Amino acid sequence: MSGRREGASQSRAEFRDVYNAWLRHHRLSAADSLFRVLDNPVSSALTWLVIGIALALPVGLNIALDNVGQLSGNWDSPAQISLFLRDGVSVETAGELQSRLEQRDEVAATRFISREQALEEFSALSGFADVLASLEQNPLPNLILLTPAGQYQGGSLASLREELEALPDVAEAVLDMEWLQRLNSLMELTRRGVLAVGGLLVLGVVLILGNTIRLAIESRRDEIVIVKLVGGSNAFVRRPFLYTGLWYGVGGGVFAATLVAISLWFLAGPVGELAELYQSSFQLGGLGVMGALNLVILGGLLGLAGSWLAVARHLAAIEPR
Amino acid sequence: MISFDRVSKRYAQGHDALREISIDIARDELVFLTGHSGAGKSTLLRLIMLMERPSRGQLTVDGRNLATVGPRGVPRHRRDIGVVFQNHQLLFDRPVFDNVALPLIIAGYDYREVGRRVRAALDKVGLLERERAMPVTLSGGEQQRVGIARAVVGKPNILLADEPTGNLDPLLSAEIMQLFEEFNRVGVTVLIASHDLALISRLRHRIITLRDGRLVTGSAL
Ligand SMILES: Nc1ncnc2c1ncn2[C@@H]1O[C@H](COP(=O)(O)OP(=O)(O)OP(=O)(O)O)[C@@H](O)[C@H]1O
Ligand SMILES: [Mg+2]
Repeated sequence: MSGRREGASQSRAEFRDVYNAWLRHHRLSAADSLFRVLDNPVSSALTWLVIGIALALPVGLNIALDNVGQLSGNWDSPAQISLFLRDGVSVETAGELQSRLEQRDEVAATRFISREQALEEFSALSGFADVLASLEQNPLPNLILLTPAGQYQGGSLASLREELEALPDVAEAVLDMEWLQRLNSLMELTRRGVLAVGGLLVLGVVLILGNTIRLAIESRRDEIVIVKLVGGSNAFVRRPFLYTGLWYGVGGGVFAATLVAISLWFLAGPVGELAELYQSSFQLGGLGVMGALNLVILGGLLGLAGSWLAVARHLAAIEPR
Repeated sequence: MISFDRVSKRYAQGHDALREISIDIARDELVFLTGHSGAGKSTLLRLIMLMERPSRGQLTVDGRNLATVGPRGVPRHRRDIGVVFQNHQLLFDRPVFDNVALPLIIAGYDYREVGRRVRAALDKVGLLERERAMPVTLSGGEQQRVGIARAVVGKPNILLADEPTGNLDPLLSAEIMQLFEEFNRVGVTVLIASHDLALISRLRHRIITLRDGRLVTGSAL
């Protein structure tokens, strides 16, 4: 009985020893690899920069898209349908049409803009007053601006537009949302493009890191042989190289976050001026602390993946002869 | 402790390095292995530490049939054996201390224990003052002694040495042999491959002689 208890506590102590040894070697490998990376500052910085650029490119584009998305989001407040009335339609008929439209369930609000009002507004806003004044007749039609009820969106909005255009007094019905929809689908397309390019660049990062680690393995071939001769396991030999990959990846992530931040700072001034011109309070959204952290973590994971690839392919082949 | 049962080794090129070797070495023994160059001495040692596998026959070390040791078991097996290599096999970009410490780092000893044991081993081979030196700044004989310190630092049960006195003058050779005898006296099984017949025949231990991969003398006590 006491023998068994002794055995159990001994095996627990043994487990703790093994665990401590494991932990110790992890610390040692991590520190040793970091020193090796920092010992060659120029080549390490180049590796970091390459990885940084490859990661910053898709991330930066994605942030740009997010900003455009936010900008257009400000616009997707109620869609409007502009009903341009036929030439001969009088203001009274237009008024009747307006009140008939108001009663429909699909319609939330309407506003009538007579051709005279439209001309005035247009001259005031466009700066073409002189030109417009010289025209013999007002080229603008009467206009009813119609705001559809909230639940009308996308397809049903398009069919509402068609229905309205079929009315006898209406010359043309224009859905003001159309350009926005085009923008949105264009953005969706761009987003997918960025995703594809990003995927390729990420693959590139993994391959670059794999190659860097392969070179590191080659240059330490003799050392690996000796470590295996005196009883180093594959895991033991692998560890410093995995850490080397991790450090390259993490450094690359830091570089990428820095590059993105610098580019945004570079763009913030002009964007602010532009927004002011449009009387918009729009502000350029950035990476944020979490985004930067994620980028560094992503870099680290890619570094591990790359070095794992190299280690799996090249390390087992090095055996003492 | 070490037992060869009709072991043969044929290298990939078709050369028979060892033929039908049967040897038994007991736990408390110190045994010399001799023979002309190319007789198969290094090959025999390489089989024991699983750098090579036998082509035929059975090899048992410390009660373990080596045929049952898979690739994952090889590192653990090597940790139980101290080896002095014919060509030193030192890390030339690390100081003496790090070289000797390597087996302890692999085994996961904590730093104080590593320092204590490394200094004890270096003291035994007379290199305590050179612990910060780089191997290239050492003479061939000193490098050999660094290799010996590394082989014994982990207190293995078995010590293999391939030409451990190859680069040493007669006086130093005799000292090194005494060192191996000391390890043997505290219970380490020692197997030494050597050309130096004059030296080893003066010491009173079993001598195994190989010729063209065949056993000539010394198969058992
Ligand atoms: N990796 C190998 N591939 C093919 N043949 C080998 C290999 N290693 C050794 N041999 C051959 O096996 C034979 C025995 O070699 P081994 O190294 O065991 O001799 P040795 O007794 O240690 O010689 P030395 O005293 O010169 O070190 C030699 O003929 C050698 O050419
Ligand atoms: Mg040899």
